[in-house]
Amino acid sequence: MAKIITPGPSGYVPTPAVFEGVQITPPGKALLYGEWVDEETAMREAALAMLTRKNPTIFPGPLVLWGYNASAIEKAQAVLELAKEIPNCRIIPMPDYRPKYPKIDPEAEINPNHPNLTILHNKIEACIFVGVHCHYANLSLRMIRAGTNCFTIALCAEMGHEDAMVSIRDVHAEKILEFRDVVVKVREELGIKWEPKLPPENPSLPKEHFETLNIADYGDYAYLLHPRKGETVEETE
Amino acid sequence: MPEQKVVETDYLLLEAPREKKFITGSQAMAEAVKRANADIAIAYPITPQSETMHLVGDLWAQGYLKDYYRAEEEYGAMSAIAGAVRGGARAFTATSGPGLLRGLEAIASWPGHRIPAVLGVLTRVVNAPLSIQPDNVEISYLLNCGMVVLHAENQQDVFDFTLASFAISEMVDVYLPIAVCTEGFFVTHAKGYVNMTPEDMKLPPRDPYKAPVPPTDCEIPPARIQRDAPVQKSNFMSYLIHQVWQQEVWSSNMRAMKYIYKYLNGPIEVINPDAEVFVAASGCAAAQAREAVRYAQMEGLNVGLLKIKSIVPFPSKEVRETLKNAKAIIVPEHNIVGWLAKEIKANIPNSDNVIGRPRVYGGMTLPVELIMDEIYAALGIKKDKTVLV
Repeated sequence: MAKIITPGPSGYVPTPAVFEGVQITPPGKALLYGEWVDEETAMREAALAMLTRKNPTIFPGPLVLWGYNASAIEKAQAVLELAKEIPNCRIIPMPDYRPKYPKIDPEAEINPNHPNLTILHNKIEACIFVGVHCHYANLSLRMIRAGTNCFTIALCAEMGHEDAMVSIRDVHAEKILEFRDVVVKVREELGIKWEPKLPPENPSLPKEHFETLNIADYGDYAYLLHPRKGETVEETE
Repeated sequence: MPEQKVVETDYLLLEAPREKKFITGSQAMAEAVKRANADIAIAYPITPQSETMHLVGDLWAQGYLKDYYRAEEEYGAMSAIAGAVRGGARAFTATSGPGLLRGLEAIASWPGHRIPAVLGVLTRVVNAPLSIQPDNVEISYLLNCGMVVLHAENQQDVFDFTLASFAISEMVDVYLPIAVCTEGFFVTHAKGYVNMTPEDMKLPPRDPYKAPVPPTDCEIPPARIQRDAPVQKSNFMSYLIHQVWQQEVWSSNMRAMKYIYKYLNGPIEVINPDAEVFVAASGCAAAQAREAVRYAQMEGLNVGLLKIKSIVPFPSKEVRETLKNAKAIIVPEHNIVGWLAKEIKANIPNSDNVIGRPRVYGGMTLPVELIMDEIYAALGIKKDKTVLV
């Protein structure tokens, strides 16, 4: 099998996978190194990468992190179920797509404007993008391939991503749990002993005390809070 | 206004029954908008205008559109289209010649902002000298901004391309604006037969949440990028994000090709694929080229037609394959710069075989005889010149 899209670093100016002739798959198929394969094959290769490469990490995006609707909440729970089964897996969120200055805290989050900073700082060699809007996922996947040796996996709710080493399309909670089952199977085949447990809490994020929480605690994210009924917002940006 | 029912996109574009009408190109464009379940149209009636946006204004009066207004000028119109689309609406506008160039800064920002709007371009002369006559040099200004550019030969193409563009532009893996170009006067003001889908059927409404970028949130890029751009900082990261962003626009543009195959029967049309000499053309020139090929075949000459429907993405592979054995490729155009001839030359190995003639501009028509003269010359046939004055 020809491997068109492989872990980087691919260089200063990454050539987009589309320019190299890689095409998004039809429903039921997945992309593996830029080639069309069945989903089972792609999931096994993705599982292998997450189980054998250093510092496996899941990057959940806004479509998973923010509970927009029941399906997003269900999907977030499935992501946790998946994370539990990957030994020493971390979760680093991509909560939004705003550029952050002077720079992000790479242990706390990943940002599509410079995702390679988080990858390089944490020495991540395998990662999963899930719940990130396609445009921003594509920017991130290409930058990661340009400047790092990270193996990228895209679990996409839409049509998939050519620039990921593994891209699975139409992924919702049910398919994430299917992938979790593949991870468990491959882990057992590899003889890796692991008791399922949640990843450690993000060490860079301060503890939240919900009883005493006020708007100032949200810092940059305060604007995301909608005023309550009857509340008057006197100061705006 | 008849009650319209929403039908599946594939059904409307590929299977729905069609009824033949004898209408102008402007009417064909408006009829497509009528069936597109569009929310809003915004335009400025700059001179030169076709009646396209007037007819779309009538659609609003009849209840087919939720809103319609005249912007302060073209820059305002194109900026307002961006705002409407980012806010979740399905939007349409049309312009021509100087109007297109006036709005071009805003239009050129649509692809990067991921604005799936449909833009009718009814081509006219670009000033100066001041004129309102047909000439499609303005299409060359659209070729490098990242949007999909289709070029319609006749009234039927105008209808089909416009209606399909609403569907293609909103595909999650495309999500780009599409320009449907055709020649002012020659197509917009002239009547032709058009097979149209039923008036009481329309596309499904736009779902702004089925998108590669979040809708409506003006705090994040691409909206936020206007005032707090990473790309305004001078450092490697800012250059890198702009680089991959541009790549994403052009990757999305290339992804449109599969939908052009699905809904428009491919980006090219070929008559007589084994021809010795090809006439390659787009838009209205393709109609004249088609007629020249018919004349040539009546004379027993081995001449073929390559009609190019999609200018961006350019069907490089298809054009190369079609022209691989051609001894001569004649490219008639309605402009002085020969943008189509340049595109073809850039995409085939034997570019010396491209004859960038005949070209007419400034409102001149393109007589079939001019194309025939090039065919005779390419085949080494001597004909007596006739003085036409």
